[in-house]
Amino acid sequence: MNNAIEIKDVSLSIEGRSILEDVSFGVNEAGIACLLGPSGCGKTTLLRCIAGFERQHKGEVWIKGVRVSNPAHHLPVEQRHIGMVFQDYALFPHMSVRDNIVFGLKNLNTKMVTQRLDELVALLSLEKHINKYPHSLSGGQQQRVALARAMAPRPGVLLLDEPFASLDIELREQIARELRQILKHDGITTIMVSHNQLEAFAMADVIGVMNDGQLLQWDTAFDLYHEPKTAVVADFVGEGVFISGEVINDKEVETEIGIIQSAVAHEAGIGKKVRVLIRPDDILHDDDSSMTARVTDKAFRGAEFLYTLELESGLRVLSLVPSHHDHPMNEPIGIRLEIDHLVIFPEK
Amino acid sequence: MLATRAAQALPNGLVFKTSLFKITKWNSVLVFLSLLFSIPLAVIFGSLFFPEYEVWEHLRATVLTDYIGNSLALLVGVGFFSLLFGVIPAWMVTMYRFPLSRQLEWALLLPMSMPAYIIAYSYTGALDVAGPLQTMLREFTGWQYRDYWFPEVRSLGGAIAMLSLVLYPYIYLLARAAFIEQSVCVLEVSRTLGCNAVDAFRRVALPLARPSIMVGLSLVVMETLADYGTVQYFGVSAFTTGIFRTWFGLGNSLAAAQLSALLLMFVAVFLYLEKRSRKQARYHHTSSTYSSLMQQRLTKRQGFIALVVCAAPLVFGFIIPVSLLINWAVDTYAEVLGKDFYLLLFHSLLLAFVTSVLALAIALFMAYSNRNSPSLLNRIMVRFVSMGYAIPGTVIAVGVLIPFAWFDNSLDTLLMENLNINSGLLISGTVFTLVFAYLVRFLAVSINTVEAALVKIKPVMDEVAKTTGMRAGTIVKRIHIPMMRGSLLTALLLVFVDVLKELPATLILRPFNFNTLAVRTYELANEELLAEAAVPALAIVIAGIIPVIIISNSISRSRPGHE
Repeated sequence: MNNAIEIKDVSLSIEGRSILEDVSFGVNEAGIACLLGPSGCGKTTLLRCIAGFERQHKGEVWIKGVRVSNPAHHLPVEQRHIGMVFQDYALFPHMSVRDNIVFGLKNLNTKMVTQRLDELVALLSLEKHINKYPHSLSGGQQQRVALARAMAPRPGVLLLDEPFASLDIELREQIARELRQILKHDGITTIMVSHNQLEAFAMADVIGVMNDGQLLQWDTAFDLYHEPKTAVVADFVGEGVFISGEVINDKEVETEIGIIQSAVAHEAGIGKKVRVLIRPDDILHDDDSSMTARVTDKAFRGAEFLYTLELESGLRVLSLVPSHHDHPMNEPIGIRLEIDHLVIFPEK
Repeated sequence: MLATRAAQALPNGLVFKTSLFKITKWNSVLVFLSLLFSIPLAVIFGSLFFPEYEVWEHLRATVLTDYIGNSLALLVGVGFFSLLFGVIPAWMVTMYRFPLSRQLEWALLLPMSMPAYIIAYSYTGALDVAGPLQTMLREFTGWQYRDYWFPEVRSLGGAIAMLSLVLYPYIYLLARAAFIEQSVCVLEVSRTLGCNAVDAFRRVALPLARPSIMVGLSLVVMETLADYGTVQYFGVSAFTTGIFRTWFGLGNSLAAAQLSALLLMFVAVFLYLEKRSRKQARYHHTSSTYSSLMQQRLTKRQGFIALVVCAAPLVFGFIIPVSLLINWAVDTYAEVLGKDFYLLLFHSLLLAFVTSVLALAIALFMAYSNRNSPSLLNRIMVRFVSMGYAIPGTVIAVGVLIPFAWFDNSLDTLLMENLNINSGLLISGTVFTLVFAYLVRFLAVSINTVEAALVKIKPVMDEVAKTTGMRAGTIVKRIHIPMMRGSLLTALLLVFVDVLKELPATLILRPFNFNTLAVRTYELANEELLAEAAVPALAIVIAGIIPVIIISNSISRSRPGHE
């Protein structure tokens, strides 16, 4: 077994309600994985199963080649050698930053404790805050202390529960990138949980999309966006609309906005009724195009507008347009489809 | 800028709009009331300026070391056992599920309803030489009295046990509230860092709860120093019994007041220590989200041990003594329940009712004037009045009796000299004196309850109401009263029950031939009529259960994440 963490067919139900159903995945050494999904999808429960706070009813959890739990056997949390950062960081309010960080360092002599402390403080730029108490720190500083505390005993795996949820929205992506660098520098295997895809994209090597207790897809961010395996994943990751159509051949689908062509072949059978995923970046604004759509809504996003466009049939699609193309509401504008790869799902 | 910052930092959103010592109609009345209720304290400390060297020389040579030594031993012993009985069960019922754990959560508060002197009477009745246990032992073994060793209830150790058994709920209450309030995440994170359950308790939960536990401990200390009934009955020379003896035995009221001042300095030291420990450890919770507490189910064996550990204080602090009382009451109620008893009941209820209504009215007045014209002076005054709760009933009685007797005597002399009228004792020795003393002692209870309720009505709510065109009277009627109704009732009931249980001040200050349940229980017990004392004692205990229910309800509602 090469993976640092291996989850095998884990199922869990609470009071008869199924929370996790046959979830399996693996994370390789020093990899950063993210469990992504809406709230209530079971991602946090899964993380707590790995930590040992919850017991699954079926399946196994392996950490660093050790089976830490199956339904019959359950290694207590404190013996699993994991590090965990909680959503609100849960720093010990009665201890200074220093005492928080060294809390988990047992069986080490003073010199080794100081050495590890110095390493972490330098890595996380906490030099100025070492004697402060948690309540006087900002959210970002608290997060770094929580991270240092979790990393201090050199855990086999680091678990992060919604690590950015308590931070200001403007800071999240920047901190996510910094955090990724730190984790990569330390080479620590990490699983994080998030409901925000931008955070997941910024942090993770690999992302698992969860819904209703099931792991729908385990893939890189790029593939999740461009090659979602189910309509739920397509809907949850990124923006877009589905357009009904009929398969003409392995590269073309006929829809109400005309025949959509793709560069890459697809596998749906000819004549099948399907739904085609149209991303905002698949629809380009082109004043010369004969196809037009009426602007029914627009959202300014700085560099670009996200237009909601109504086609003649009444169908609405999204389009990302550079922001110097500022069209008033209700104005018909020319559009053109440009799709490399058709994402199609069978009609419901 | 700095001023608005400071104003924002104030609790309750109070804003100092005016100078700190502004005198208005409102707060001049408030200042007058505060000064009135601080007369006893002033008298006690004032007595220090008139040293009674002879009496002190006598006290020092004979009993003073006993008073101090015994009071200290009581403090240490009661403090230790209350912590033991309070903190461990609080942790267990909060964190674990075991047989009856749900019931124990509230039942562990029940011993609070027992005044210490009543539990002392019931255990004495059961364990004394003539009591059923020793009689049975002698019959069983054929031993004679003095042939065997049996723990003496009426001793310092006995007093420590009695007081610990009824005072530990203060610590239990506050420790449990603190444990419930702690974010589960903090405990869980300690588990991920290699702590087992015991380590997590020792290194995280306990230090976090320490400020609350200290508050509970300071209440226990205050109650221990204030106890008169138990130490008197057990013949333990402590401060309170000493004050009694100095006044009524040596007939020296000034020395009694000075002894009271010494006792108050004891209290002050502990209050200071408590304040300081709280200040140093004002923990801000770093967690704002609370996952619901996952109570761990114990195995059969562990559950049984937990049940025994947690049930012990309840069994010894409530179930056994109440069973004894019921047993005696069944034997004696026929002869006790009569006209005399109903008069007793009437007196007690009337006193309690009048005092609690007055206390509520004064507390409302003070809290509102503090809210409407907040000033430093008001705050200091209200805090000052609230100190009464820390003053033992015996001390308050001394502090009330001296000035009132002086007033009566001076008035009598004045009237005799000028108008040749004999006014006699106008106020001392009347119910008025008694109610005044109760108010000094228990105003703090109603003030704290009313203030806590009023704080929840943010000034912005008044402002919103004003924008809808409501007038002040309507705002009070439609917003304040509905929001505070529960708390006002609580304030009323808490004072009511406290007055019902109060012994030493009532004993000293009651009018001639005027008896209450507490005093009658005391008299009967001291006449060795323990069985007859059971009926009035039970009446007090039953009344004492009311605040326990109130408190346990308000706690279960305060649990984060619970409705």
